[in-house]
Amino acid sequence: MLSIRNLSKTYASGFSALKDVSLDIAPGEIFALLGPNGAGKTTLISIVCGLVRPTGGSATIGGHDILHDYRAARALVGLVPQELTTDAFETVFATVSFSRGLFGKPRDPARIEQILRDLSLWDKKDNKIITLSGGMKRRVLIAKALSHEPRMLFLDEPTAGVDVELRHDMWRVVRGLRDKGVTIILTTHYLEEAEEMADRIGVIQRGELILVEEKRALMQKLGRKHLILELAEPVAAVPPALAAFGLERSEDGTTLTFAYDGGPSRVGDLLRELPAAGVQVRDLKTEESSLEDIFVGLVRGK
Amino acid sequence: MNIHAIAAIYRFEMARTGRTLLQSIVAPVVSTSLYFVVFGSAIGSHMNEIAGVSYGAFIVPGLIMLGLLTQSISNASFGIYFPRFVGTIYELLSAPVSPLETVIAYVGAAATKSTMLALITLATAAFFVDLRIDHPFWMIGFMLLTAITFSLFGFIIGIWADNFEKLQLIPLLIVTPLTFLGGSFYSIDMLPPFWRTVTLFNPVVYLVSGFRWSFFGASDIHVGVSLGMTLAFMLACMAIVFWIFRTGYRLKR
Repeated sequence: MLSIRNLSKTYASGFSALKDVSLDIAPGEIFALLGPNGAGKTTLISIVCGLVRPTGGSATIGGHDILHDYRAARALVGLVPQELTTDAFETVFATVSFSRGLFGKPRDPARIEQILRDLSLWDKKDNKIITLSGGMKRRVLIAKALSHEPRMLFLDEPTAGVDVELRHDMWRVVRGLRDKGVTIILTTHYLEEAEEMADRIGVIQRGELILVEEKRALMQKLGRKHLILELAEPVAAVPPALAAFGLERSEDGTTLTFAYDGGPSRVGDLLRELPAAGVQVRDLKTEESSLEDIFVGLVRGK
Repeated sequence: MNIHAIAAIYRFEMARTGRTLLQSIVAPVVSTSLYFVVFGSAIGSHMNEIAGVSYGAFIVPGLIMLGLLTQSISNASFGIYFPRFVGTIYELLSAPVSPLETVIAYVGAAATKSTMLALITLATAAFFVDLRIDHPFWMIGFMLLTAITFSLFGFIIGIWADNFEKLQLIPLLIVTPLTFLGGSFYSIDMLPPFWRTVTLFNPVVYLVSGFRWSFFGASDIHVGVSLGMTLAFMLACMAIVFWIFRTGYRLKR
């Protein structure tokens, strides 16, 4: 659906916002682009959507080049920007209808009504946007982006500053769109959001795409699991018989922690050898790295 | 051609006029009426006829042109500047809309509004003075040509300006003085030879002169020259707009 090849953006000041980025996104996929502030997420989206001119490379949407065949390419795309930029004095219905026209679609009040109902905006249809809360304005931006029935939706930090209820509402909407075959690319600071929704994850840092991976594979490959053994009696040191497992002893000696990755583990071996090593376990629990832990590790260069 | 986009932008811009009816229509009509009261009735009654036309009637084309120029520039510059200012320009830039379609929509709406205003001013003038229009076809032609040309000019100002002060700078400091000194309220034949020559460098002279010819059949400058100069200014504006979209000046990073 989206194919990016060696895309670069260097500003006149010499600052490289994007360096040789290549990426392919399949139809119907939810792709989360993660990265710290200023990493190049918005620049990448802005180039693909036509807001920023690339200084190198190319991109196609649905096979249409974003520069040479921009009409066909842009007609497939909806963009929800990061900033709450709206026409303050327009009504909700008018501004969403305007967006539909802008993308070359004839008026369709029934279609607009459906979009507004899906986003719980129908009862606000005659309200001026200036009177809406921040969360409602965010919904209006999504409604505008969906007004022309795009095949690909860019969500640039869609849930920034919205409450938990609205965030879950938006996740529901996004999943509904994916079910209809819409490709979704979202940038987010909420790793929980990427973990909850994305099929694949890309991590961008200092303008470079440093990783693209299936979410499950990423969490399996880079995620760490911990088996925490709570001991019946504290130990003064890790028994020599268990040295091969690289256990970590707590300061008070009441717990031993076994860290292992997402691949084949030696948990069974460890449990079998505990009695022989004279260790009695009172309880045990496991902990798993979150996407947040993985992300922090990646951007810190671990 | 993305007709739906042109229609959407045009409707949006015209709706803005509806929301600001007092500012868009009523205020210019009131100020024009004041001009007629002061220059047409109070002072004009003590003035001689110019080229066989009463002074009150003589200033009508100039007054209409003054409103047409300032409103065309103001409408078009604000129309494109405001989305840039509030950030909603992202939607236009990411839409499948060509530069030509963008210009047709914004300039078309601005020119429509200023032409409507010019016609209202003309109707208002008819209450104060006896008017005759010798060449109505040419009168409408000059009116539309001027509205489109100066809406294009306003569009350029709206792209160039990066704050509200700059948005007002050219209309206030350049266009209004040029209009006042462009023969709106006098015939340039009344000037001494030196100032008459200087005045010929003022493009507004050609607009006012051509427009006045369409009313009274007489003008300071040959109507063909007026038409040619107006078209030349329009082509210059079109070239600048083409350059803006080709380079993305002040629109794209």
